[in-house]
Amino acid sequence: MPREGILVDRPYERLTREQVELIHQVSMQILTDPGLISFNREAVDILHSHGAAVESIAGDHQSWQVKIPEQLVLKALDTAPRIVKLGARNPDNTLIMHGDEPRVYFITGSETNIWLDVDFPIYVSKADPTREIRVPEFKPRRGTVDDLCQSAHVCEHLEMADGYIRTVNIQDRDITEDNKDVNKFFASLNNNTKHFMSGLTSLKQLDNVVRMAELVAGGKKALEDNPIISFITCLVKSPLQFVDDTTATFIEVCRRGLPVAVSSSPQAGTTAPIKEAGIIAQINAEVLAGITLGQLVKPGTPVLYGSVPVRARMDTLGDSYGSVETSQYNIDCVQMARFYGIPNYSTSGVCDTKIPGQQSSIERLFSDIVVAMSGPQYLHCAFGLLDCNSVFCLLQAVLDDAHFKMIKFFLRQPRIDQPEMEAVLKQIRAVVTTPQKLYIGYIRPLLRSGEISGIYPFEGSGETDDVFELAYERMKELLARPVEHIDRETTSRIFEEIPGILPRLNIYERGS
Amino acid sequence: MPEDIISLIQESVIQGRITKDDEGMDEGMIGQPGVTELVERAPASGLSIQNIITKGLSGGMNIVGQKFEAGEYFIPDMLASAEAVSAAMKILQPRFAASNIKTKGTIIVATVKDDLHDIGKNIVSILLRGAGYTVKDLGNNIDTQVIVDAVREEKPQFLGLSALLTSTMARMADVIQMLEENGLRDQVKIIVGGAPVSEEFAKSIGADGYGADGFQAIAVVEDLASGTES
Repeated sequence: MPREGILVDRPYERLTREQVELIHQVSMQILTDPGLISFNREAVDILHSHGAAVESIAGDHQSWQVKIPEQLVLKALDTAPRIVKLGARNPDNTLIMHGDEPRVYFITGSETNIWLDVDFPIYVSKADPTREIRVPEFKPRRGTVDDLCQSAHVCEHLEMADGYIRTVNIQDRDITEDNKDVNKFFASLNNNTKHFMSGLTSLKQLDNVVRMAELVAGGKKALEDNPIISFITCLVKSPLQFVDDTTATFIEVCRRGLPVAVSSSPQAGTTAPIKEAGIIAQINAEVLAGITLGQLVKPGTPVLYGSVPVRARMDTLGDSYGSVETSQYNIDCVQMARFYGIPNYSTSGVCDTKIPGQQSSIERLFSDIVVAMSGPQYLHCAFGLLDCNSVFCLLQAVLDDAHFKMIKFFLRQPRIDQPEMEAVLKQIRAVVTTPQKLYIGYIRPLLRSGEISGIYPFEGSGETDDVFELAYERMKELLARPVEHIDRETTSRIFEEIPGILPRLNIYERGS
Repeated sequence: MPEDIISLIQESVIQGRITKDDEGMDEGMIGQPGVTELVERAPASGLSIQNIITKGLSGGMNIVGQKFEAGEYFIPDMLASAEAVSAAMKILQPRFAASNIKTKGTIIVATVKDDLHDIGKNIVSILLRGAGYTVKDLGNNIDTQVIVDAVREEKPQFLGLSALLTSTMARMADVIQMLEENGLRDQVKIIVGGAPVSEEFAKSIGADGYGADGFQAIAVVEDLASGTES
């Protein structure tokens, strides 16, 4: 049985049907004029061989103007699967995404450089030295393989996390460009049985990570049936450019038929128009260009319509994930993906602030709620991210799990039907005749069936705010819970066949 | 056999099942005797009324209290159990005189004049009955004179006053003052409660106790009954 996610019965939509169609038309116009600039020769050749107009820019033979006709895009959309299955080590964690069904899965992400530790030093009041309080202090540092293992471990136990994107970039001294991919894939797969999606640092490692996934899944055919890994590729650099290396990676992933998110992340105001109409028309064109290329490489390649639009901060021109417009852009993209029937990889929950706290909670909850209401299938970035996607905090991820529990509960379909109305009518008539006139007796059958939302799990006692301390205790509790690691025999084969995995990640060989 | 029935009575209280038709907490309980059916047949098994109350009903409520403290039970569970005890006590009450048993005491409860809010007062009433007290509930928006008259006539050990509004909480002081003027104040222990009420307010108007919630109200009444109130 796949994971349930939450089916949003009547998704929130910002755009009318006419506006969606208008955006589509303008995106098609963008793809023919000005078209895209491709820095990848193979993509140019593939598109050209299928009818795209191609012209070398300034005769440098390193970049080309590519004009993609609408019929090529529409043909690609025809072959792109409407249903994408993302498998998992534990089959119960499989994700099934229908492009036209607004069933939301909450996913982690997204490859931050900084890991945020938390500590609770004790402070003594100057006015009253007998009074002590514990105050959370957050300390940033570079992420490591151990951090990634911890993150995968805790996210395995986060009830609301439906899938896992590695949350932290591993920057240990013994990690290089050549061994980064195999280590991040192994660390994640070995500590988490949910679907694992990642970007690829080096195309040279693609076959190694695919082989690793085959070993874990039980063979080549088993991986095809149960794709426990998928890839995220930002082949488009806004505005409208196919980047050489990620486009090459994307093409190779498509050739192997593994699921891949075609992602674009324009910044409104700098790399895309600041106006909503402009950024949506552009990002839509960029994602469609990627999907078209992927379907030409291998028709039927399972793709996700990946949208990470963001507005620029006016004070720094950095990304502002906490801005209201960022959520609006994302919701628009959810609608565009649904228009095409392609499952959507969307973004919410990232905040602008550097540490957990009130601003973080406000910004992330705002986007988490409104974007989830629009019904994206694969909602990434949603756990633990801070500082505009550059910091990951495990404590925040634990807090976010509670947020998503509330959001998931909120998005449940109402039960208003004839049998329900008859039952409540009977209840009302019974209660008003009693001396106490209380409905409390009817709560009990619902109390433990999950039909009543729970109390906020990190509520403190008295008049102190204990949220961080309680969440920290929860985090430690989750870390103490065992995870189902890859078995000894498979681990052994992985270490034999796949070069570059750090020996310290082999839990069966530790201490020997 | 009698011990089995005590266990069953305890279990019915824990499950909050009054009759065989009640669902209770666990699956598959419907059809099994509830507390009223068990209490009706218990004396025929040789069980004393005293044992039915102390070992069966109170024993069950003690376990319910422990489950609540442990976070396993919620208020609706406590109330269901209290209602089960209350229903059982109603059956046993006619036998009290013959068995030389007295209830733990009588308490009059009322929401004061101009205040229509009675949820808290009703919950306290259910819990008090479950704890073995006889409760006379006057209702809500009760005139001060009516409350004083009830104290005079019923001679309860306790009077519980409730108010939800800051504009009506002063009526509690009116009741206490009128009881003093009528020479009735020393006959009854008065506890007050309700959202705007505080320990400090209770002391300022001369009440004997304050309950922040239904469970604290029971604890205060028990303390006052045993003379251990602070």
